[in-house]
Amino acid sequence: MTQQSNGVLLSVKDLVVSYGAIRALHGISFEVGEGEVVTLIGANGAGKSTTLNAVSGLVRPSGGEIRFLGRRIDGKPGHAIVRLGLTQVPEGRRPFLGMTVRENLQLGAFNRPKSEISETMDRVFKSFPRLKERLGQTAGTLSGGELQMLAMARGLMARPRLMMLDEPSMGLSPILVQEIFSIISEINRQGTSILLVEQNAYMALRVAHRVYVLETGEVVLSGTAAELRESPRVKSAYLGE
Amino acid sequence: MSYFLQQLINGLQLGFVYALIALGYTMVYGIVKLINFAHGDVFMVGAYLGFFAMANWALPFPVAILVAMVGCAVLGMVIERLAYKPLRNAPRISALITAMGVSLFIENFTNLNFVFGPAPRAFPRPFAVRTFNLGGVSITNITVIVFGVSILLMVALTWFVNSTKTGRAMRAVSMDKDTSRLMGIDVDRIITITFGIGSALAGAGGVLFGFAYPQIQPLMGIMPGLKAFVAAVLGGIGIIPGAMLGAVIMGVVETFTSAYVSSTLRDAVAFGVLIIVLLVRPTGILGRPGREKV
Ligand SMILES: Nc1ncnc2c1ncn2[C@@H]1O[C@H](COP(=O)(O)OP(=O)(O)O)[C@@H](O)[C@H]1O
Ligand SMILES: [Mg+2]
Repeated sequence: MTQQSNGVLLSVKDLVVSYGAIRALHGISFEVGEGEVVTLIGANGAGKSTTLNAVSGLVRPSGGEIRFLGRRIDGKPGHAIVRLGLTQVPEGRRPFLGMTVRENLQLGAFNRPKSEISETMDRVFKSFPRLKERLGQTAGTLSGGELQMLAMARGLMARPRLMMLDEPSMGLSPILVQEIFSIISEINRQGTSILLVEQNAYMALRVAHRVYVLETGEVVLSGTAAELRESPRVKSAYLGE
Repeated sequence: MSYFLQQLINGLQLGFVYALIALGYTMVYGIVKLINFAHGDVFMVGAYLGFFAMANWALPFPVAILVAMVGCAVLGMVIERLAYKPLRNAPRISALITAMGVSLFIENFTNLNFVFGPAPRAFPRPFAVRTFNLGGVSITNITVIVFGVSILLMVALTWFVNSTKTGRAMRAVSMDKDTSRLMGIDVDRIITITFGIGSALAGAGGVLFGFAYPQIQPLMGIMPGLKAFVAAVLGGIGIIPGAMLGAVIMGVVETFTSAYVSSTLRDAVAFGVLIIVLLVRPTGILGRPGREKV
């Protein structure tokens, strides 16, 4: 395994994805470094979910390359990519509704040794204490905010090196959004790198180190969060200033 | 009264065999939304494997059941890999037509003289039939075996699906394949395992059917297969307890119709029940829209 220089975890180069005749990504490139929070902001339909799904092996790219820890992962099946330490918390949370919170978490640790699961669960409950009280409840009984927490906790159960989150703030009240984002920062501080996809640019720019702006399948801007907060284009189109 | 109880026992016996077949239909439907029309033929192959194990290889009946289960599991998994997996992303009708093709192939292939041959064969008795008399109801040791083995297998399946890691993965895949992949589940492998388990149960059902109704031939899977499919729909296709319940209802209704009305009407009444239930509850007895399926 060739660890790339300067600690790059994920590197995406000239990624092209099409759905039949519709081209959703026109050759985008970006990187996530070890320890970073990188965010991809963009409007609805910009291609954010498509990007994450291509990285996760759920959709097959028609061009470009995706490397994780220096190794090509494009073309690998989704389950194999998770094993490398790259998980996705999908848009809409996608809980297994008929199952209990515990079963959802166990599924998150599907490829981890059984012996470590309860220890990982305890660690995850430090960030999501509310889930601990709900272990035996079916996911269908949880509120929207709790479901987002469940989705993130489930992702952490795989002990990822890089966790990708697809619009975690969607449909949540401002207070919950604050809470979710502070948990994301905390997860990052504990050593998990983050690739965050958001329409909520305001919050995303607050937690991210670096930012890429995606418009109709192309990266139109990139830089540090501080730089992009000052960009007139970002200000007018994404921050409503 | 004892005649009624007697018929109830007979109906349950038939229902349990149907249940072992219906479980495979319902699990496969739950996970890939495919009605595996070849499933009744897998049941038939199971009966023949049990026949060969006992008649030709002189194996004791529990081993014969195991031989049938393993053989059918392999057959079911091979069918899935060769016939259905290549069509996973094709329109559903393609897989359905393929399933009918696989069914016809198995029936006609096994009908050949150098395979099983068209002539019916007498299924060997695992032991001398003994009849116990319980308050006017006579129960044979064969019935006891059919009840015992079916209940054991249904309990084992329920435990497997609800309490093991693979069972949990089967439920996850039946709910949401992409999210299952994000959990690190090899979805194709779980689908193949599901076909294997469903087919193994049908194989056991085939041997028990041979014990209870001791004549087998290559087309013997068609009618029980159809009834088990109806049972699965009746209980709510995709729902494991639904298949068990639907199958028991089918077996009892069919047996009571022959006992109290006329045996020529039994199939008509059995299918009539399906039509009525589906008119009242289109999702089947235990089916609710959106309910978890495997
Ligand atoms: N499964 C699909 N089939 C066809 N087109 C799709 C599919 N998923 C997304 N698209 C299209 O690809 C583009 C990007 O979508 P998506 O990646 O979901 O955007 P975002 O997540 O940024 O809202 C959109 O034009 C969308 O309509
Ligand atoms: Mg999206």
